[in-house]
Amino acid sequence: MVLTIIVLALMLIAALWTVMTRGLVRAALGLAVTSIILTVLMFMLGAGLAAVFELSVCAGLITVVFVSTIAMTQPSSKSELLEKTRNRMRRYWFLPVIIVVVGAVLAWLSIGTTVSLPTPVAADATSGLDVKQVLWGLRQTDLVGQVIVILAGVFGVIVLFKERKT
Amino acid sequence: MEALAIFKAYWIVIALVAIAGVYCLVMTRNFIRVLIGLELMTKAATLLIIVAGLAANRMALAQSLAITLIVVEVVVVSVAAGIVLSVFRLDESLDIRKSRNLKG
Repeated sequence: MVLTIIVLALMLIAALWTVMTRGLVRAALGLAVTSIILTVLMFMLGAGLAAVFELSVCAGLITVVFVSTIAMTQPSSKSELLEKTRNRMRRYWFLPVIIVVVGAVLAWLSIGTTVSLPTPVAADATSGLDVKQVLWGLRQTDLVGQVIVILAGVFGVIVLFKERKT
Repeated sequence: MEALAIFKAYWIVIALVAIAGVYCLVMTRNFIRVLIGLELMTKAATLLIIVAGLAANRMALAQSLAITLIVVEVVVVSVAAGIVLSVFRLDESLDIRKSRNLKG
């Protein structure tokens, strides 16, 4: 239990750092760290396959996309950047206060609640099945949807970067 | 009893990470930070799906949903990054307030 609480706290700290940090590259790296901690949590919960996807795709591929985008967009001049940073901190100092207050309220509310966990349904069609059986057997239409979404993304990027005739 | 306490801790952290993402979306003036806020909210949603799957003893279904969500997330970020680059080429700025030229 202590380990879970520590990992959850680390994930929250990583998310806060991602939002509040100054540089865009640091924010992208913070997001990658959040993804890695989420992967650890997913492993701890027994979702190994989804954790591997999260680690390779979200922590890896998406970070590469973010860093490439940041590299391709030129930074402002130093004085402009400094002014922006000052303004940013003015807008973002409120976030830790909100997180602490909302966290305390939610913790206080959860102490009083007597909600029990849902009873596992042994005879349910999806309980006790392997991920492969669910993904390739029960949720085949999801896979078709995923292929369509990937094709939509590919065509979207092609259209965005198409050379325009002058 | 201990399992219930851990689940409550999960719910609270999921809510707080989602709040951090929403705050980033609302307060930022940078296109890339908008995407980062969106990503943080997606992380919270992914963890919520897995925790809900564990609570209901339907982990296989939860994992397949999480994988679908990850695929959608990647495509959304890729296309959005392309749009950000196109906007930067037009306006030479990532400031949302300066971006007024989105006509095709």
